Amino acid sequence: MGVDGIGARALRKEDKRFITGKGRYTDDMVLPRMAYAAFVRSPHAHAKVTGIDASAALAMPGVDAVLTGEQLVGDGIGNLICGWMVHSKDGSPMNMGAWRALEPEIVRHVGQAVAVVIADTQAQARDAADAVIVDYDELPAIVDAVAAMEAGAPQLHPEASNNLIYDWEIGDEAATNAAFEQAAHVTRMDIHNNRLVPNPMEPRAAVADYNDAEEHYTLYTTSQNPHVARLVLSAFYNVAPENKLRVIAPDVGGGFGSKIFIYPEEIVALWASKRVGRPVKWVSDRTEAFLTDAHGRDHKSHAELALDADNKIIGFRVQTVANLGAYMSLFSSSVPTYLYATLLSGQYDIPAIHANVKAVYTNTTPVDAYRGAGRPEATFLVERMMETAAREVGLSPAEFRRKNFVRSFPHQTPVIMCYDAGDYDATLDAALKAIDHDGFPARKAEAASRGKLRGMGLSCYIEACGIAPSAAVGSLGAGVGLWESAEVRVNPVGSIEVLTGSHSHGQGHETTFAQLISERFGLDTDSVNIVHGDTDKVQFGMGTYGSRSGAVGMSAIVKALDKVEAKAKKIAAHLMEAAEGDIQIEGGELKVAGTDKKLSFTEVALAAYTAHNLPEGMEPGLKEGAFYDPTNFTFPAGTYACEVEIDPDTGKTEIVNFVAADDFGKIINPMIVEGQVHGGLTQGIGQALLENAAYDESGQLVTGSYMDYTMPRADDVPSYQLLTTETICPGNPLGMKGCGEAGAIGSPPAVINAITDAINNNDLSMPATPERVWQASRAGLQQAAE
Amino acid sequence: MYETSYHRAGSVADAAALMAKAEDGKFLSGGQTLIPTMKQRLAAPSDLVDLMGIAEMTGISDEGSAIKIGAATTHHEVATSPVVSEGIPGLASLAAGIGDPAVRHMGTLGGSISNNDPAADYPAALVALGATVTTSKRSLSADEFFVGMFETALEEDEIVTSVSFPKPSQSAYAKYPNPASRYAMAGVFVAKMSGGDVRVAVTGAGQDGVFRVAEMETALSSNWSAEAVAGVSVDAGDLLADIHGSAEYRANLVTVMAKRAVAAAG
Ligand SMILES: Cc1cc2nc3c(=O)[nH]c(=O)nc-3n(C[C@H](O)[C@H](O)[C@H](O)COP(=O)(O)OP(=O)(O)OC[C@H]3O[C@@H](n4cnc5c(N)ncnc54)[C@H](O)[C@@H]3O)c2cc1C
Repeated sequence: MGVDGIGARALRKEDKRFITGKGRYTDDMVLPRMAYAAFVRSPHAHAKVTGIDASAALAMPGVDAVLTGEQLVGDGIGNLICGWMVHSKDGSPMNMGAWRALEPEIVRHVGQAVAVVIADTQAQARDAADAVIVDYDELPAIVDAVAAMEAGAPQLHPEASNNLIYDWEIGDEAATNAAFEQAAHVTRMDIHNNRLVPNPMEPRAAVADYNDAEEHYTLYTTSQNPHVARLVLSAFYNVAPENKLRVIAPDVGGGFGSKIFIYPEEIVALWASKRVGRPVKWVSDRTEAFLTDAHGRDHKSHAELALDADNKIIGFRVQTVANLGAYMSLFSSSVPTYLYATLLSGQYDIPAIHANVKAVYTNTTPVDAYRGAGRPEATFLVERMMETAAREVGLSPAEFRRKNFVRSFPHQTPVIMCYDAGDYDATLDAALKAIDHDGFPARKAEAASRGKLRGMGLSCYIEACGIAPSAAVGSLGAGVGLWESAEVRVNPVGSIEVLTGSHSHGQGHETTFAQLISERFGLDTDSVNIVHGDTDKVQFGMGTYGSRSGAVGMSAIVKALDKVEAKAKKIAAHLMEAAEGDIQIEGGELKVAGTDKKLSFTEVALAAYTAHNLPEGMEPGLKEGAFYDPTNFTFPAGTYACEVEIDPDTGKTEIVNFVAADDFGKIINPMIVEGQVHGGLTQGIGQALLENAAYDESGQLVTGSYMDYTMPRADDVPSYQLLTTETICPGNPLGMKGCGEAGAIGSPPAVINAITDAINNNDLSMPATPERVWQASRAGLQQAAE
Repeated sequence: MYETSYHRAGSVADAAALMAKAEDGKFLSGGQTLIPTMKQRLAAPSDLVDLMGIAEMTGISDEGSAIKIGAATTHHEVATSPVVSEGIPGLASLAAGIGDPAVRHMGTLGGSISNNDPAADYPAALVALGATVTTSKRSLSADEFFVGMFETALEEDEIVTSVSFPKPSQSAYAKYPNPASRYAMAGVFVAKMSGGDVRVAVTGAGQDGVFRVAEMETALSSNWSAEAVAGVSVDAGDLLADIHGSAEYRANLVTVMAKRAVAAAG
């Protein structure tokens, strides 16, 4: 591979494995005597379970057991938890209903598991699951979060009256209301952020293996954070103490947040493995994925923006209802609060903000973090409001934004966040230039001559990544700290293993992380191995989500590398009889400055392990660990510019140009960063134009397969123009901000702003399907004519 | 998928005999509809009788005033056949627009029309061109063959063996795809036959599957131009409505696609 340091477009080391089918995923694990699990799931959105008859299923070939919720509760398996305590504005803790891994009494969403069949083959287990007879008494269901709070709505949990989980607020309400009284202009909008299904390429899976001689469990599973999974399985679900439970997340094919959480199926697989005395494998099929992977978004908001006579923003007021589905998933409570409303200041200097968020239970699949988690919802709200306000007061959207940009740092917003560094003019300038903003009127006229409608839309997003300073999130209710760990092990011959608490499920850590070591010691990236995803191998770590593996995970590696470097220099200085301060590392060698004396990295490593001649009192070996706890969030930001052309006859939107100008701070591997942005933009465009998890009134998921749920495809998106600008993040040693979610966060408002510009009608919700655009453009043309 | 027994038939007679012996058998062609349905446990045939190895059901032949296509011919073969491209360009482009490359290399003409999905593309071509369907038992006109949504005139043990398409003087197909499935939301096939007869068939939009639009046919008979159909709209009351498109939207698409098809036919 060669020496590829920081900034090199190194090809991904892991891709040979993935491209040639040599990856090892959870479903590739085959253990002796393994049995298969198939779940019996509710066809109803809300129903009492009145009886389960497993006799026919038990008589079928290969069936080992049929287990129910009653047995699970009887064995002391704990309820699923939500790990972030949010308090309502009146100080009361959130109202959390009980969630059992198998439900014995009342099912609350279609697809909820009530029993599990364990059989010799997957086909036998599925056939038998169909033969388990469950009697239900149907109850009325509610799927809309606003309606769920109304009097007389069906109630899901006795703990949450009116289905209200919390009624939370942030910001200074009195100051914000006062600003509105002074306002020269107020922009008001109702905004819906559509519900999404995550759809990673690899569905969830679990292989659980209980060894009764050692009372020890091994769980292979599709997790973004195996240590957190072990901690929660152990501390809350009473499966086993941590030292009796090994969690391995091998190759994982995409997560987008949905694989952060611990789901009923993993818990049941572990429990069932002990019950039947065999390893148990469960692999989700795509239908189960649609029904049970935590969904994303689903906010309904009313927002108001107050401007003074000079078009400076003086206040921002937001009311949001967040649909959390039937149960509170692991981090669900934090998404519409601390990951959302803390970003409502956008890139703008807004003196007063107040937001009120109500989280609500409904008879739908639980909702939790999905690529961006709260920040796309905030950005969509802010950037739709900015564009709309600009149009209302007759300023160009770029000029209006510029008028309100934050320009001095650090900048304390009224909603907790303190922005550390940024240059929002730089990304806006870069994007406008790249999309040839000045030439747009001519292109619009040319399109009109062909009967087409052109529009231009901007989105100046900011997000908070590098999650997060442990003490800060602890004070906001998080049940865990959000630091990261690393261990750097130099082998006797000088090759290196890095054990990281981060987890790669598509991000390319095996390459990027190796580049850090390559840069530091001048070693070939091939001589560096990244080890992750196994609680028996790697020290406790917090995993990968929130674009944290660079800013937090790599910072931990840097700290460990500092220690390794210091010790290696001491050894080299001792061996070459030089002063420690004169040792320089260059091209895989430790040199004495100003002389021709040098030792190879291998010689120094070997010396550390032979320990024949080490400085007085030094321990043998060359291996160091570090924990890194960030001091602040990081704040990636940028401008996305989107140009669309609409066919008014069909309402079809074509994205003819899309520019992303991002400031991610320091970039280690530009090619990998571009890949992250491509994926994020495509998911964001998917949300804006195509994707929607739609329920009917009875709580059935209408878009439960790819026949109806529209995933973005290659021909739905343009060739992106990507640019980066750089302000160094002062908060971490590498100056990195994070790039994993930006595309999904920043793109939806750019697309909708462009379409509404093209059709001269601002009343358009996501996804902007051809029919919606057709209807809205007819109304827009009518308005234009009047 | 439930357990099933697989049989590969060597001839049409062999296939009929295998089906007669099966308890609850199904014919299998490309499997692009049947296999996913079985995997979702919505179909559970005891036996599958595979028709893809039957020589007499394959091939594309130019028969002068018509093109005969074996039922086991894949969409890819139709899309890339010089005989079809030359004789009925609208049919070649229709086949090229079905699904994705994998689907086109597996899915067949016979399987598609036997299934008669209301959003499938082929039915529009058969009806607009006045094709003749030959089965193991008889010959039927396209109008007789398609009965309603997922319904054909086929009997349980009857096999489509080929379809004969008369060559038009002009023809084209315009499809507006469903954004998710990319089947037709509205697909319009227009054909002007050598005798001057004009037929317009619509798929994807109708509650009962493929249908003809007499008003468009009349308008085009006297004036073969996109403008002739621009003012003709179909009754939304008879159209499908779902999360992807209301009946009103589909009615609009039928007119727009008809215009585009006529323009493409030249
Ligand atoms: C992802 C995807 C996308 C698709 N997109 C489109 C699209 O855009 N447009 C479109 O039109 N279609 C589309 N299809 C359908 C596909 O192109 C096939 O035409 C269709 O699946 C049926 O053909 P088949 O050969 O696969 O039939 P099979 O699935 O094998 O059979 C279908 C049915 O017909 C019966 N059958 C099969 N052959 C015969 C015969 N010769 N005689 C009597 N009965 C028979 C079978 O018993 C079965 O009931 C799509 C399919 C998929 C999977």
